[in-house]
Amino acid sequence: MPRYTGNAEAVRGLIREREVHRDVYIDEEVFQLEMDHLFANTWVYVGHDSQIPNAGDYFGTTIGSQPVLMVRHGDGAVHVLFNRCPHKGVRVTTETCGNTGKFFRCPYHAWSFKLDGSLLAIPLKKGYENTGLEESEAIKGLTPVKHVRNYRGFVFAKLNDTGLDFEEFFAGSLSSLDNMIDRSPAGRLEVAGGVLRYMHNCNWKMLVENQTDTCHPMVAHESSAGTAIDVWKNAPEGTKKPMAVEIFAPFMSSYEFFEGMGIRVWPNGHGHTGVSHSIHSDYSVIPGYFEQMSAAYGEDKAKAILDENRHNTVYFPNVMIKGPIQLLRLFKPISANKTLVESWTFRLVDAPDVLLERTLMYNRLINAPTSVVGHDDLEMYERAQEGLHVDANQWVNIQRLYSEDEKPDVTAETNGTTEWQMRNQFRAWSKFITMSM
Amino acid sequence: MTSQTALLTSPPTDQQLIDFVVSEARMIDMQRFEEWLDLFCEDGHYWMPLEWGQTDPRLTCSLMYEDRLLLKIRVERLKGNRTFSQKPKSRCHHVLQTPQVDRRDEAANLYQTWTPMHYVETRFDEQQLFAAWATHTLCVEDGRLKIKLKRVDIVNCDAAFGNIQLFM
Ligand code: FES
Ligand SMILES: [Fe+2]
Repeated sequence: MPRYTGNAEAVRGLIREREVHRDVYIDEEVFQLEMDHLFANTWVYVGHDSQIPNAGDYFGTTIGSQPVLMVRHGDGAVHVLFNRCPHKGVRVTTETCGNTGKFFRCPYHAWSFKLDGSLLAIPLKKGYENTGLEESEAIKGLTPVKHVRNYRGFVFAKLNDTGLDFEEFFAGSLSSLDNMIDRSPAGRLEVAGGVLRYMHNCNWKMLVENQTDTCHPMVAHESSAGTAIDVWKNAPEGTKKPMAVEIFAPFMSSYEFFEGMGIRVWPNGHGHTGVSHSIHSDYSVIPGYFEQMSAAYGEDKAKAILDENRHNTVYFPNVMIKGPIQLLRLFKPISANKTLVESWTFRLVDAPDVLLERTLMYNRLINAPTSVVGHDDLEMYERAQEGLHVDANQWVNIQRLYSEDEKPDVTAETNGTTEWQMRNQFRAWSKFITMSM
Repeated sequence: MTSQTALLTSPPTDQQLIDFVVSEARMIDMQRFEEWLDLFCEDGHYWMPLEWGQTDPRLTCSLMYEDRLLLKIRVERLKGNRTFSQKPKSRCHHVLQTPQVDRRDEAANLYQTWTPMHYVETRFDEQQLFAAWATHTLCVEDGRLKIKLKRVDIVNCDAAFGNIQLFM
């Protein structure tokens, strides 16, 4: 018997002010509701437009559980289409990305579609004369996703009409994307280096929560970052600190460090760690970079851009970006207990290559299936996914630094070890998942 | 089992190169990681590309591109008291095809072998199988063969994997 479908009250009941019910992580019915409602009513990241620079370029991905294509139209606009032939349902593209020329051609019976998805031609069309094709679903071609927004290269889409418009949904949080993009002297990013794909046997929200969980690094990552520091201590006196140690060591920063760095929450479930400083603040200077930035923006603005060292910015529901590292992680839900994590990296157009080298080293050391830091985290997620099946206590605690007067959907800056951002995400979860029920 | 008993006094024979690669895999399977680390030159690297046919380890992402420092961190971590992803520990198993000697350059002190292999890594009740090609670039240092570069190309290098915690 369904317990949650069509029952907004029951779904709301999963989220309390200071705790959430385990069914949000382990129940397949709730997961299906997330796919049907949450991922349809929110603006979900699709891809970056540098992946499709030329007319006819496409990139296939998913929005929640829905296969979609991001495609560059002849007029330069980016369209997002459902990747499903209107004839018999065949996925239209086979490669993840490529160039389709002036139209898509289905490999099964060669129906073809313009780059905006509309039907171009059907072979032996006379077979449809007087059959009422004009009234069919099929005549419409590849269904476009109606709400698409390209924000400075970052393409987001919203499947439903329900929900907020783009500006209202993201509001002040776009400042994190702006900072990442502004770090390029040209004000432009390009996807570069390849994407790391890492399969997790846990619910997607565990990963999103972990992004602003500042009480875990010094504990869970003692094994990796702590060992890195120990090994480095034995290096001969005067050895230059390697980039890898610069990346690992700050994970072992103290509770005080994380408390002091601050957390900022925004409406609709967005938020970030590292308001005043972060684990990315003390990387070595890259020769020539500041000069390029000053030439592009003027010295004061360049300084302001580079002094902003936000740690992790969560874009609700399932994205995290690291501005100072030029990295985006996408937590793709597959089932209640399975998540595909994609870690994308960007080149700062016109900046020195060493920055991309650091970005890629960070991604490899922290986000790869072969990464020791990744192993530390995944072990915890998998243990949680298992532990949540204990019936004796069915609630997950999120009350660290909670106060009674905490309001939903506000912008606020607070202590860097608060779980406010996790509460913020669940309040947004409750709001958007029930919005179309 | 010892990898190299006597010091080399002349350039290695093909058989000595082959024996080295085989014993290196055995050392990993037996988890003799400290000794294994010593098989690498000071500037040696272990490289596991992310892309099919990858040529650049620097501006293209890899699954692993590790110098001795990073390898040492891994080896130390595997022993750590608070390394929870290794409680219980992983185990691994190599099956190698006979290594083929692809290059001998005595003047440059460089030798290269190519070894198709199957690699199994297990932990708890899980067992994962990988198919890969190992390319060893070797040199002789103080009478011993050493690894300049061990490159492991997994046949499905771009697939979405779960944890890979040991060394192929
Ligand atoms: S299924 Fe696409 S043309 Fe028939
Ligand atoms: Fe972590």
